[in-house]
Amino acid sequence: MRIVAFILASLIMMTVDHRQGHLEKVRSALSVFVYPLQYIANLPVTVTNWVSEALTTRAMLMEEIAWLRDEQLTLSSKIQKYEILQAENERLRKMLQSSKKFDERVLIAELLAVDLQPFRHQIVINKGQREGVYDGQPIVDANGVMGQIVHVGPFSSTVLLLTDPTHAIPVQINRNGLRSIAVGTGQRHILQLEHLSNNVDIREGDLVVSSGLGSRFPSGYPVGIVHNISRVLGEPFVQVTIIPSAQLEKNREVLLVWPETSPKLSADFESAVDDADTSARL
Amino acid sequence: MSNKSTGGWIIFISLLIAFLLTALPLPVWADDSRPAWVAMVLIYWCMALPNKVGIGIAWCLGLLLDVQQGALLGQNALGLALIAYFVIQIHKRFRLFPLVQQSCLVGFMIIFYLLIASWVGGIMGIPPQTWTYWMPAISSMVLWPWLFVILRDIRRQYYVS
Repeated sequence: MRIVAFILASLIMMTVDHRQGHLEKVRSALSVFVYPLQYIANLPVTVTNWVSEALTTRAMLMEEIAWLRDEQLTLSSKIQKYEILQAENERLRKMLQSSKKFDERVLIAELLAVDLQPFRHQIVINKGQREGVYDGQPIVDANGVMGQIVHVGPFSSTVLLLTDPTHAIPVQINRNGLRSIAVGTGQRHILQLEHLSNNVDIREGDLVVSSGLGSRFPSGYPVGIVHNISRVLGEPFVQVTIIPSAQLEKNREVLLVWPETSPKLSADFESAVDDADTSARL
Repeated sequence: MSNKSTGGWIIFISLLIAFLLTALPLPVWADDSRPAWVAMVLIYWCMALPNKVGIGIAWCLGLLLDVQQGALLGQNALGLALIAYFVIQIHKRFRLFPLVQQSCLVGFMIIFYLLIASWVGGIMGIPPQTWTYWMPAISSMVLWPWLFVILRDIRRQYYVS
């Protein structure tokens, strides 16, 4: 009759885990035992990388350095413009009494090459509670948003990718500010935009960025490019698929983002600062 | 585990390797048909030493597997506990089956195990989308004879009892 007890325990745990999420602490504690396993499973990849790094020739390194220098030059010239634009933008926003923060703290994390459940889009990274990672934290790469943290352990955490069928992110079209929600489809490289009526202004090739609504993801990070639009007469909504900008399956390194503050908080803070400013001037 | 018995560490290592094989990255084409390693090794030990590896251990292993795979806590625990229960019920007959018949039975047990996972996924709103979801049952079936022979020889060599 012990089996009945175990079945009941499993059912209760699954319900609690799905509905409430009180079990995150249990999961986090158990992940201490699981992390060494994942670390060992990742070792072959680490060793291969290390060996290939050790075997790179001088010529290849020179070539890479030259390429990096070029890249550095173009990026720093771009950044000059960006800094001026940012200063101007901040000044204009201050005139309009609206606030927006651009600076976010970031930390680089490495992927562990381990496989999780098939048919779910999840990855494991080598940063956890020790580095201040928290549940729901956004993850980006060099090209765009990748997903968010769903489970945090002491040394590692699990990331839910944009393409997972249970993932959704509030977005807007960069060209005209049209808001929508990008939902994962479970297929690799395809997201879907929800609740757009048939007559909206949207074109193939439009850039979709995170809107920052819901205050989980920071605003303004690229999410994807509109790939296909099919308007079916008689359907209430247009079907739009987008291709994620982030390289969800090719990255070795990802960026953890700490958004500055939640939008509401920063607005309050900004108005308080403004008040202080005006009173000082008076 | 009682103190009289020996070779508990062999069981531990075999399960450890099963967990490693579950986490090992595979190419995309082979990913869907990864055998259910932990379930297979568990089936073997439940059959060979039912007084040592029981439902409790199976359940704990399942919980660890849930954490490792990022699944709902309890999903694999339920599946593995039921498999252990079933194997322990029939372990005397199971030992006498020819290898082919054992393979078929293992295949059915893995299907049942996947069925529980798909049922949980369905409740969460993410049912399996393609038929390749059931591939682990076939790959486990094909690999069972080898696994059985290897584990049996190891068990005899190290007098695990």
